[in-house]
Amino acid sequence: MKIEVKDAPGQLVAALKPISEAGGNIIAVIHEWDPTLRPKTRIVHVVLDLPEDRVDGLVEGLTSKGVSILRMGEERLLMKRSVIMIGHLMHTDLSDTVDQIDRTGFAEVVEIHMTMPGIAQRSSALLTVSATNRAHMETAMEILRTVAKKKELLLVEPMEEGI
Amino acid sequence: MKVAILGLGSVGRGVASMLAKKDLGIVVTGIADSRGGVMDPAGIDLAAVLEQKAKTGCCGEPSIRGEDIARNGDYDVLVEVTPTDIRTGEPALTSIRTALSRGKHVVTSNKGPLALHYTELMRLATENGVQLRYEATVCGAIPIIQTLQHGLAGNEVQAVYGVLNGTCNYILTRMADEGLTYDQALAEAREMGYAEADPTFDVKGIDTALKLVILANTIWKNGVTLRDIDCTGIDLLTAEALTLAGSQNCTIRLIGEVIPGRKLLSVSPRILPKKHPLVVRDTLNAVTVVTDMAGAITQVGKGAGSVETASAVIGDLLFIRDCHVKGD
Repeated sequence: MKIEVKDAPGQLVAALKPISEAGGNIIAVIHEWDPTLRPKTRIVHVVLDLPEDRVDGLVEGLTSKGVSILRMGEERLLMKRSVIMIGHLMHTDLSDTVDQIDRTGFAEVVEIHMTMPGIAQRSSALLTVSATNRAHMETAMEILRTVAKKKELLLVEPMEEGI
Repeated sequence: MKVAILGLGSVGRGVASMLAKKDLGIVVTGIADSRGGVMDPAGIDLAAVLEQKAKTGCCGEPSIRGEDIARNGDYDVLVEVTPTDIRTGEPALTSIRTALSRGKHVVTSNKGPLALHYTELMRLATENGVQLRYEATVCGAIPIIQTLQHGLAGNEVQAVYGVLNGTCNYILTRMADEGLTYDQALAEAREMGYAEADPTFDVKGIDTALKLVILANTIWKNGVTLRDIDCTGIDLLTAEALTLAGSQNCTIRLIGEVIPGRKLLSVSPRILPKKHPLVVRDTLNAVTVVTDMAGAITQVGKGAGSVETASAVIGDLLFIRDCHVKGD
């Protein structure tokens, strides 16, 4: 969201406080300085992670503190990761494989590209999974690993760096 | 400095021919292959032995065995370059134990003994005040072991991962470039001499896993063995999977990785952006080390080949000569 705060000591912290009070997780704060702005005000972009049902409460909290919300955008699922699955994908119930991710509530399969070279031959599919955050993505991957093992599918994951 | 060479296959021949060609001050006093051997404390004529090996398939007298040379030969360093046996590590294991127990340094390209008995062999070397060096076991010509032990000394290594098998990398490169099936690419790799008649060892990821075991023990001295590695090969990959990865500007490579912080010890085919530093072509190897001070360092080079592997063996020999052999 994009908010407008007064340019005075302590004002930014005061504006961010309602976010943590609403149970929100602040991912990034970007300070903007614009000479054409009204004097003594600053525009701040805040990227945050918050359950949908608490958004209204946050808006109230902010306006009651005198912070004006200029714009609010929403992207529910923040992370994307593509994996490749190889094997008898249809015969091992592809919709069940997808459903195991979708029914988590925090991750879903948003794209599938599939090639089936011939009857009785193994097919290959590129699955793109979206999740609300890194931890949820890891859980979704763990589900896929378990499903792949059970259905004897080969799961090819992207290389994730980081120690 | 006196050296005895056990094994006269691709690596052994590379070492012998480079020692014959370059004036490195190294005298070879014993050589054996699986069929016989030759010993001469005054120094062997390497060119003559290589010629005989090429003509007859054997380098010397059937009565002189590798084990005799290890036990009784007059040498400072034993160069053990016989083929890898991943179940027993033999005959290399016995030769290495014999040499170390005699207080002789050892340089080897053999993954078996190190992957199976790393801790024991290193202890034996320390107890006898000698070096056991094995640069040639991992990534052929790339000096990864020297980098870890000396170049990055004092660093805390947090991760090591890479493309450690040239055969798999060749197959994957060809599948992606030409849309070949796995079987077609494997047949081509065989024709080029990059794959063995039985490719299991390479394509199932076992060779990569052995190298990971050696790297992990070198870095963390953690006693990891082959059983601890979660291993998936490339033999079930389809041409379509490579095409799908390509549609995302990515490709697939067989990656071995050890990241203790994430409890990760695995060999598996992975999706990587085409521009990733580990996406090397054909039979090349690439390995990344991540440390606390240096950050990430990636080395790329030839992972196999007669003279390329000899480069690693000779590097170890000269390191021992310069740092550990007194007198000469």
